[in-house]
Formats: sequence, structure tokens, C-alpha cells
Amino acid sequence: MTAAAGTVQGSAPGRTGGTVARVVRRNAWTFGLAALLLVLFLVTRAIKPTYGAAELRSLAIGALPIAFAAVGQAIVVISGGIDLSIGSLLALTNVTAAALMAGGSEESAVPVVLFVLFLGLFLGAVNGLLVVASRVPDIIVTLALSFVWAGAALLVLKSPGGGTAQWLKGLIDGTIGSEWIPEALVLLVVSVALVWLPLRRSRLGLSMYAVGSDRLAAFRSGVAVAPTKVAAYAVTGLFAAMGGLSLSMSTGIGTPVPGPYTLLSVAAIVLGGVSLVGGRGGLLGPILAVFVLALIRADLTFLNVDPNFTTVVQGVIMVVVVMVGAFATLRRRTA
Amino acid sequence: MTDFLLEATGVAKSYGAVAALRDASLGVRPGEVHALMGANGAGKSTFVKILTGAVRPDRGTITLRGRERGMHSPDEARRTGLIPVYQEPSLVPDLDVLANLSLTRTPVAPFRGWVEDLGVHGLDLRTPARELPLAVLRVLDLARALAVEPDVLLLDEMTAALPADLTEHVMNAIRHQREAGRSVIFISHRMIEIAAICDRATVLRDGETVGVLDVTKGTEDQIVTLMLGPVATEPAATRTRPPVTPETLTGPGAPRLSVRGLVAGAKLQDVSFDLHAGEVLGIVALEGQGQDELFDVLAGAARPAAGELRVDGRPVRFGHPADAIRAGLVFVPANRAQALLMQRSVRENIALPFSAPLAGWGPIDVTGERRRINDAVGRLQIDTRAQSEVRRLSGGNQQKVTIARWVAGGVRTLLCFDPTRGIDIRTKREIYELLRELAAAGAAVLLYTSELEEIPLACDRVVVIFGGRVVDEMPAAGADEPTLLRAAYGLPPGALTPEEVVAEAVAIEEAEASPAAGGDGAVGEPREAVREPAPPAGSRA
Repeated sequence: MTAAAGTVQGSAPGRTGGTVARVVRRNAWTFGLAALLLVLFLVTRAIKPTYGAAELRSLAIGALPIAFAAVGQAIVVISGGIDLSIGSLLALTNVTAAALMAGGSEESAVPVVLFVLFLGLFLGAVNGLLVVASRVPDIIVTLALSFVWAGAALLVLKSPGGGTAQWLKGLIDGTIGSEWIPEALVLLVVSVALVWLPLRRSRLGLSMYAVGSDRLAAFRSGVAVAPTKVAAYAVTGLFAAMGGLSLSMSTGIGTPVPGPYTLLSVAAIVLGGVSLVGGRGGLLGPILAVFVLALIRADLTFLNVDPNFTTVVQGVIMVVVVMVGAFATLRRRTA
Repeated sequence: MTDFLLEATGVAKSYGAVAALRDASLGVRPGEVHALMGANGAGKSTFVKILTGAVRPDRGTITLRGRERGMHSPDEARRTGLIPVYQEPSLVPDLDVLANLSLTRTPVAPFRGWVEDLGVHGLDLRTPARELPLAVLRVLDLARALAVEPDVLLLDEMTAALPADLTEHVMNAIRHQREAGRSVIFISHRMIEIAAICDRATVLRDGETVGVLDVTKGTEDQIVTLMLGPVATEPAATRTRPPVTPETLTGPGAPRLSVRGLVAGAKLQDVSFDLHAGEVLGIVALEGQGQDELFDVLAGAARPAAGELRVDGRPVRFGHPADAIRAGLVFVPANRAQALLMQRSVRENIALPFSAPLAGWGPIDVTGERRRINDAVGRLQIDTRAQSEVRRLSGGNQQKVTIARWVAGGVRTLLCFDPTRGIDIRTKREIYELLRELAAAGAAVLLYTSELEEIPLACDRVVVIFGGRVVDEMPAAGADEPTLLRAAYGLPPGALTPEEVVAEAVAIEEAEASPAAGGDGAVGEPREAVREPAPPAGSRA
């Protein structure tokens, strides 16, 4: 020990390895989820041998709005916040799109889509600005605003209605290339990649992780904390708008009453390996988690389980998976 | 108008009705190491926050190279050439080292060079900061600051929780900075470091700059006088007390706490000692010799792998801190945040451990509680101006609250782990005196401290731990710093001076670390110039 005085090893021995080993270690949770999804798919085939490409396609269509909500939620949680208004934002952008497109031509839907995306970005920024300016905890501000956005949705459309351009609906109801690749999945991957990949590589993306991980350390490192938070909320709003548009695509109408997307998005990010205290996680995990949850629900239906009991099972599975994950992390740390 | 590199004049800042700074000024010349001194509550932290751009001053100007600037954010302060290194690690825990560098726009190559020079080898830049040990994080903070060659490097209590060997590296970095004609603002409570490295010192008291002096031999007393203000200074008054030895401690019963062959975690190998009622027993150890594990076990926060604990002669097993508290063993950690409810009041914090058994689950005996709290607050002289929320108290006052809660409960055995870390001299003295008083009243106190000069002031006996084992035991009265340092390094008693001890350690380290650790000239100074000779503890009294 005397000999070692003054010399400190930079990393623990045995933890070094190649890039591949590191990638696997860092993303163990995501790999585990992917494996779980594969197992679930095989189980589904075992339960219902006819489960095939068509069912996969409808699974992807059904999961699309939840996946967008989960992606949005993941971004704001990674940067140290939480957005409980995400379900209301989905509803508001959904009815706005449906109301504007009702009776319009196919071409006029293009500016509507752009407007709705911008609206999501704007409403998200409003969420963020109020959180930053009021210094009231995120959970309270966004809960309050969830009522505001839900009310606004009812002002736009009193009851389910409106319309959607045919080309929009056509975006997600087919497959591309192989019959095993649903268009809905491709749309999800492309739109998430278009926004997230450049962001992740930018200083803003780095700042989001930094602010979520440790506000003080980020502040001292020269990160502009408040603008970073506002930006994170704005991006979350953008994904909520994508979720709202995907609701238009799958239903063809606008529904002013928010669905269960807020809580489903939180469930998906927890299962997807995003730390609720911020700073840790990615977007692939939550997306995989959305499909895991959807597949479990489908399996339980195939098994003729009472639908009321299905939600109970879903909750139990979530708790177990998260506990197993926490236990594994604990083991690794003490080892 | 001046030859100052950095100059702050007439800086004032108030929080509500409380004026944290009234009229602070600071002038730092190029190539100078400048100490910023002040007791806790003098406004030092506020001044630092203003200098680093974290807080906007109400009044005052700050100029760098003669140009006035408004520093509104840490980022702006950084870009204008003032880089701070704080007491606690400032890397973002979930980002890897590389991402942390790009966050502050720090060039990687010089950073790597500095990391090697500061004694960390084989660092994987892809490691998340969270997975690195504390000592490495401190080095990375410093390397990150040095890599951009800042005009002014601000070290805020950087050495407070640092092991001795790393402190030497910090000193070398400071010398390098000075030789390059750049400046360092150095904040430390350790007079030895101030005397060893600083050229001038600015002293703050009650939010005002009360003096700027050249640091020469003997300035320490002047600085202390300025910091303490009109209050009479009585250096080392506590040493006049009669020595307490195990023999004078009445021994009809068993020792209060008896530890035999304790093994815990990876570091604590085999520790045995007795702690008697009425004594303060010091634990001396370099960083990471197992003292953390020892205190965790004694406080009931961790279970030992082997060994026996006896309290008043009866064997005990702690499965939970509540067990230890019931057995009369109470814990004062170095990190106040671990012990206090930061957002609750002083009263609630003090009342928490003892009001539950007092009233069971029923209503709390408010009158009785208030009396006991007032006693404790008065006895410890806690400044209660900001008592509604503990986090608004100064560090010294927070530490007093952690001790007060146990005093109010009637303490039998107090376990203090570095209780004076980052606390000013006056409060330190008050805490020593309190520990002495508690011992005199029949309590047993176990005190680990990272500051060796505290040992003769506060302790009766010392146990030295090295490599997880007890390597020495001696009366505290004769334990001056050279002796303790030798013992802490696991060396047999001999005639070497501390200077040589450190040189020896460095020599061994270099032999170990070569060839990677060769002096590549970036430090610009041979490594053996590690430490100014420490004046013998006795002569400073």
C-alpha cells in the first residue's frame, strides 16, 4: 500500500475490454429487453401458431402513438424533468390535425402536418418555460397543464370527428420490402432517428444528459441549464405531436379525450431503462418496452384472460422486470 | 490603472435581509498565488460564487486584465479565463470523461498530459464519471482546469478531503501555474498549505475585506487574528489540560466500546482497540485505510465480515443504525448532508433522534423538547438566524447541529468521522472544546480526522490504522505531526523528518509507476520538491 501511494489506477482492473464489450456492458438493459421481446414473440407463436406478419402490422400500428409518447417522455426524463401533460398533448394535436384536415384536399394536409408538429414544439416549450420560470416542480406544472391542454382539445372538437388525408392513413397501414416490416415501424424509426440522432451528437443533447444527471455539476461546467430544460420539453412536445398525428393516421379522426398515454409512457421508460431521476437511458429501450408491453397484452388476450385481470398481470410483470433489473445492477456494483 | 490580473472591488450581495457580502475586494497579480481567507460565514463562498459567475453581485466591479466584465454565468467566467476547482467533484456523473470534457470545451491532449502528471495512469476516457473513485475525480477536476491554461485558477477548498500524496500533486500544479506567469486563488483552511504555497493573502470578515498581507514566516498568526476579529485568540489553550491516560481512567467496569479483530469490506483487515468512558480516542489514517468501513460498522450501517464488538462488556451485533443508537453509539459523519434533513428546521433536526422514544407514537412533549433543544443550541453556540431551514446555515453551523442532536439526547458514545472537514478555525476550536467537555462529563468519543494537527488538541490517545490494521498506538500529547505522519505511512518510528517521508513515498511511487510516470517536463519542476518542511507542532503553540 505504501508503494502505491500517489499512484491511482484510472479504472478498475478487469473492467477494460474492447469496444464491443463496452457497448454490450453499457447497454445490457437494452439487449436484455430485445431478448425478452424475441422470447415473447416466440411464446406468442407457440400460443397462437397463426400469429404472423398481419398481426405484427396491427401490433405496430396500435403501439405507434404509445411509442411516440414514450420517446418524448424519455427525452424530458433524461434531462431531469417529467411531462404528465403528454397524453393531453397527444389529444390536442390529434384533434387539431383532424379539425384542420376535415373536408380539405389531400395537398392541403401537408401544411397541416407541419403546423401540428410546430404546435407540439411550441406547446412543449410552453411547458418548459413555465417549469423553468415558476420553479415549481415539473410534476406539478405539467399535471396542471395537462388539464389546460385537455380542455383546449375539447374546445377544438366537442366530440370525436374531423378527418384525415388518405395519404396520411396510407403511411402506416402497409409493409415495406418484406411483409414482416410494417410501415408503422419504419415511420417510427425514421422520425425518431431524424430528430434524435443529430440531437444526441450536438452540444444540446449532451447538455440534456448533463442537466439530468447533476444540475450543479452541469451549471458549473458552463451549461445553460434553463434553456436546456426548455429545449427538452419542446422536443418532447414535438414527439407528442407525432403521436397525435399517428392517432389521426390509425383512426382517421380526432378524439378530444386523452387516452392513457401519459402513464403508459412513464411505464415504458421505466421498463426501458431510463432512470426517473434523470441522466441515464436512451430511446431504444423505451421503444422496445412499448412493444414488450403490447405483446404481453396481446398474449393475455389470446389466452382468454379476463381483460380486467390483464392490466393486473401487466403491472406485476413490470414490477418484477424492474426489480430483477435493479437487483442485477446491485449485484454488479458490489461484485 | 493597476498591475492586477484580476481585480474585484466593492463587491456586495444580500440575500433578503441578510448581507452575505458588504464590501469585498480582491486583487490578484500575474504569477501570484493568492490566498482568500475567512472564517465560515465571512462571505467567502458568496464571493467565490460571484467571481466564478454563478451569482450576480448587487454592487461592485470585476475586471480581468484591466477590462471590466459582467460575469453572468460560469460559462462566461470560463471563457474569460477564470476556471474554478471546487471541493466536491464537478464532473457530471452519468457522462463519461470524454463527454465531460466536451461539455466544458476542454482540449483532450493537454488534459491527458495533466492526468498522467498528477499521478493517474491508465485512465479510460470512456469510463462514466460515476464509476471512478473519488480521488481520481479530484485529479480529473484539476486536470480539466489546467488543460485550458487559465489566467486565473481558483481552488476552492480543493485540498480539504484530499489524501496527502494528492495534495502534493496539487501543490506542484500550483507552482507550475505560477511559473507560467498565471495566477491562482487558493482557498484552504490549512495554514500549513497557505504558508507553503501562497504569496499574499486577502482576509474576509463579516462580508468585508479586512486585510491584504504578504505571506511570510509568522503571518499565520496575523491571518488568524484578522479572521477571528476582536474575539481574543488563545492558541491551543486546550493543551493545558491534564493528560488523560488509560491508567487514570477508572476501570471497574469494562471499556465503553471494545473492538476485537474487526474485518469488513475490502479494506478493513484486522482492527482491535478499546474506547473508555471519559476519553477522546483519535484514529489516524491516510485516505482509504479502512477507516470508512470501521465507522460504518460501528454506526450500524454495515455488517462486519468477522470480529467482535462489545459495548460495556456485552457483545453486540448491529443490523441497523437504530441498533447502534440504542446501544449508545451515535455517529457524526463528515458529510453533513448524510446526517441532516436539509430542508427542515434546526429544531426538528435536533429533536429527530430523541423525540420518537420520548413520546412514542403519540403527541410530542413540546415543552420538554423545546427546553432540551434550547440547551443544546445554547451550549454549542449555534447561529440560529437562519434556523427555519438547515441548508441555509453555514457548514460549521450545520456540523454543530449534527452534534447538538446527540448532545440533546444525552450522549454516551460519540463517533466523529472527520467532523471538522471544511470548517473554519474558530468553529473547529469550539468543536474540539465540546468534545473535551463531553468526555469530561463521562462520554466516550472516537474521532477520526484527516487533519493531523487536530490530534494533540482534541485527543487523549491515538490509534493509527494502516492497510486496514492497527499499526500503532500512542498518547496524543506527544504526537506531533511528523510522528503521526510516519506512523500513518506505516513506517517504524525513526529520525526521518516528514519531508523525507514524503520524498521516500514519492520515490517509491515513481519506481512503481515508471516508465509511464516519467517527468516529461510538463510540470516544469522536479518532483522531489514536494512539500515545505512542516514546522514542528510544538513550536506553533
